[in-house]
Amino acid sequence: MSHSNNATEQVLRSSGVDVRKCMRCGKCTATCPAFDEMEYHPHQFVYMVEKGQIERLAASPSIYKCLSCFACVDRCPRGVEPAKLVEAVRLAVIRQQGQNHMKPEAIPAMLDEDMPQQLFVSAMRKYSK
Amino acid sequence: MQRIGVFICHCGTNIAGTVDVKAVAEALSHEPGVVFSTDYQYMCSESGQQLMREAIREHKLTAVVVGSCSPRMHEATFRKAAAAEGLNSYMVEIANLREHVSWIHKDMKEATEKAIILGRTAIAKVHLNTPLTAGESPVTKRALVIGGGIAGIQTALDIADAGFEVDIVEKSATIGGKMAQLDKTFPTLDCAACILTPKMVDAAQHEKISIYAYSELESMKGYIGNFKAQIRRKARYVDETKCTGCGICTEKCPMKKAPNEFNMGFDKRGAVYIPFAQAVPKVATIDADYCLMLKNGKCGICSKVCGVGAIDYTQKDEIIEREYGAVVVATGFNPIDAKVYGEYGYGTCPDVVTSLELERLMNAAGPTNGTLLRPSDKAHPHKIVFVQCVGSRCTETDERGKPYCSKICCMYTAKHAMLIREKYPDTEVYVFYIDVRTPGKNFDEFYRRAVEQYGVHYVKGMVGKVTQNGGQLHVQASDLLAGEQLHIDADLVVLATAIEPDKTARSIGTMLTASMDTNDFFTEAHPKLRPVESPTAGIFLSGVCQGPKDIPETVSQASACAAKVIGVLAKDKLLCNPCVAESDELMCNGCSACEKVCPYGAITYADKEFRGPNRTTLVRRVASVNPAVCQGCGACTVACPSGAMDLKGFSNKQIMAEVDAICK
Amino acid sequence: MKFSYFPGCTLKTKGKDLDIFARKSAEALGFALCELADWQCCGAVYPMAKDEIATKLSSVRALVSARDEGQELVTLCSACHNVIKQVNNDMATDADIALRVNNYLGLDTPYNGETTVLHYLEVLRDRIGFDKLKAAVTNPLKGRKIAAYYGCLLLRPSKIMQFDDAENPTILEDFIRAIGAEPVSWGMRNECCGGYIAAEDKAQATKRSNTVMEDAAKNGADTMITACPLCLYNLAKNGGSDLPVVYFTELLAEALGVK
Repeated sequence: MSHSNNATEQVLRSSGVDVRKCMRCGKCTATCPAFDEMEYHPHQFVYMVEKGQIERLAASPSIYKCLSCFACVDRCPRGVEPAKLVEAVRLAVIRQQGQNHMKPEAIPAMLDEDMPQQLFVSAMRKYSK
Repeated sequence: MQRIGVFICHCGTNIAGTVDVKAVAEALSHEPGVVFSTDYQYMCSESGQQLMREAIREHKLTAVVVGSCSPRMHEATFRKAAAAEGLNSYMVEIANLREHVSWIHKDMKEATEKAIILGRTAIAKVHLNTPLTAGESPVTKRALVIGGGIAGIQTALDIADAGFEVDIVEKSATIGGKMAQLDKTFPTLDCAACILTPKMVDAAQHEKISIYAYSELESMKGYIGNFKAQIRRKARYVDETKCTGCGICTEKCPMKKAPNEFNMGFDKRGAVYIPFAQAVPKVATIDADYCLMLKNGKCGICSKVCGVGAIDYTQKDEIIEREYGAVVVATGFNPIDAKVYGEYGYGTCPDVVTSLELERLMNAAGPTNGTLLRPSDKAHPHKIVFVQCVGSRCTETDERGKPYCSKICCMYTAKHAMLIREKYPDTEVYVFYIDVRTPGKNFDEFYRRAVEQYGVHYVKGMVGKVTQNGGQLHVQASDLLAGEQLHIDADLVVLATAIEPDKTARSIGTMLTASMDTNDFFTEAHPKLRPVESPTAGIFLSGVCQGPKDIPETVSQASACAAKVIGVLAKDKLLCNPCVAESDELMCNGCSACEKVCPYGAITYADKEFRGPNRTTLVRRVASVNPAVCQGCGACTVACPSGAMDLKGFSNKQIMAEVDAICK
Repeated sequence: MKFSYFPGCTLKTKGKDLDIFARKSAEALGFALCELADWQCCGAVYPMAKDEIATKLSSVRALVSARDEGQELVTLCSACHNVIKQVNNDMATDADIALRVNNYLGLDTPYNGETTVLHYLEVLRDRIGFDKLKAAVTNPLKGRKIAAYYGCLLLRPSKIMQFDDAENPTILEDFIRAIGAEPVSWGMRNECCGGYIAAEDKAQATKRSNTVMEDAAKNGADTMITACPLCLYNLAKNGGSDLPVVYFTELLAEALGVK
């Protein structure tokens, strides 16, 4: 339990999000363009962080599906900023040893000739230490 | 030296639970001038007051200090008790040991220490208290009601029925307000016009009521019982006394391009118009922004067709002056501009409308004659999505919405959904909600009927985005209970937009020096116990200008407000507050600083003769305070650089004595 | 009129058109873009976590260079603009981040968000003026129906970007009118195309970009414009549509007769 509490505090601190402001309207989930790809949806990130269920979120592929489009951040009437929680949980994972989600070796297979390098720079930034 | 009695109240455990009341009474008994000090369970009770009265008699007290709750609560009680024993009521001081001590501290030692300091402070002040006598002022037996919606109409009718004159000042061309625009009313589904228009007619025909429509408050001076208002009667370019409301001018007017506000801009009206069939007063008004004659001198048709010669293109705004004993604010509300919610497509997709717009689209006197047709192609919508809480319940820092619940939307949306399903059973209706809030008589039953009997789909979730998809709207939303994201192809989307106080409220509040909250709702004198009075004496609040409310609640509050106004007008004279400012003419340097800060216009300057050195006469400009106008706010005493201005009952010396006592 | 200019890595390689046409047009409109010396890649994605410092340093270096030149900093790529503007906001408003960044960089004068960051479009709107642009157009793109694709990064988070009304923006439409073409009205213009995950989750990127392209086509567009190399790549590659996607600067240069 104490481990879970520490993880929750770390996520809250690193995201700067006040999950208690949420009024459970679900507008974040309504607006999320990655909904179909996510196991846990933006409003669940908020609720589950509040309940301290960081491990479940951390184990979910959802953390790699967020498009960082800030739609939930901008449209939330309560100023909760769910995307920052997704990023904070993902960071808590990839900061652990051996947990890089994207490894440089995997890149050549993904390349095509038109691909702008910012795509890989951003992917490495988001998914690796 | 005063003979001071100290009375420390336990307030049950409210104070005694955190403050050692016996220790406080004991400590204060040693203060200079204190000849009696005790504690008691409830000082405000009959026996508590008796205790105080006996002590005043027995110990020949000249001043009293009560350590109790806030003076807002029981100052009047203790003053009355002291007065009953022949003491001047202004010889009573209160140390607030509840709100300022026991309710905000936990540690008994600290709280007791603070209570003693506050008691000592009150003692230091009461040493310098002097008996004060309240003057009297007469009451003008007429009330002003600002705003002619259902709130203003109800308040005016009730005051007038009690036998007092009332003026209604309404900025639009007719009274009736928002209720006149509504189709049906929840929870009984009576037609709004059917129950409102008889009241409008009652107001118009009442011998005690004068309606100043198309008029605005220009300025306000004075104080309770004696207000002086200037009212701007805006030029209608139509002589109200001649116009019969026949409407021939509105038919013949060739300029039919003005947006019809009454129908939320869905159709056009003429440059000369009568807002709606049952308008009161039923007279025409020329809209100067559109009238060809007023704009470039070419037309004049309305003047030619008018059988009674009522058209007057030369009419000017007129300022009239009226006196009142009390003023009622009933300025009402408007929906917020939904254009800020671009994600819902309002303003870019014509078939995204607000709830008030839907009222017109469903009303028999509306632009579609009561057939529900969507604005873009006038087709009958088969799938309708309602979005609740658009701009309500937002976080304080949100730039687009309001932090409060608008209170009426849950119920009117249930009403809309129900009426549509009743009239058009082939229509599917979805309502996206965060909570359904239905506290009110027969309200929850009403909402359940929409779900159970009429099959309205209530979805716990929110709409995230609305886009135009050819002739249809694509609605992307969440269904939180099913854990799904929904994609609905809808024909019409209705936004339950938040309501906000009318934009004129702020300037009227400033004119009346009536306080407002951060949302521009008028503040009541006490949120529970004085809900229809403004903290400014003589200003009363009716309807949504004080906070969101539905029609039943508005009407109740409007009548309550009238009762309070009648209470003022029924008196021949009012007692003034004796705690007013006073200028020491010998010290006044004539700088005008006090005059500039006085929010009530109570300070005037005049040249006065004074004896100078060597038997000369000096003329100096000095301030004087009108005690009937002064509200005792003290702003002038702070602004005065020479210390000439002082507030009776809160003199500079008294305040300094209090500060010294705290710092001792 | 002189501005410091941060082109960003993609504009030097796959996104050359965005840069070249912007420079030519700037010259035609009479303002100078002075490329910062030794600029570094901004990182292409804003690090949201409050405890991320290293990933913000390159942006701060660009901001400091512009400050030291005494110039406003102009960006062109939506991603660079988003990252640099958000980092600038952190430096101005988050004392903890500013302290740690300044401690690390050890600048002569600490940096606290003094630089004004402008997107090239904001230069056109706020420094040049669309009316002046319109007057400078020699080859108005008459009859062209253009869908303005904003995407996410120029607009959001709106409190920080302050680029335009995030839900009902007009800057690109005004730009389109200024160059003589007709803007198309469509709803997906500020919805995400899924560009960030185009490398690792092609299926999701395809689905998103299809939705965007379909909406633009359905509303009658003959061309789509964007300011983002990532969007352009994703929409053109995965959008499953013949609708051409070009950089707004290309149409600008065309209208100014400098293409």
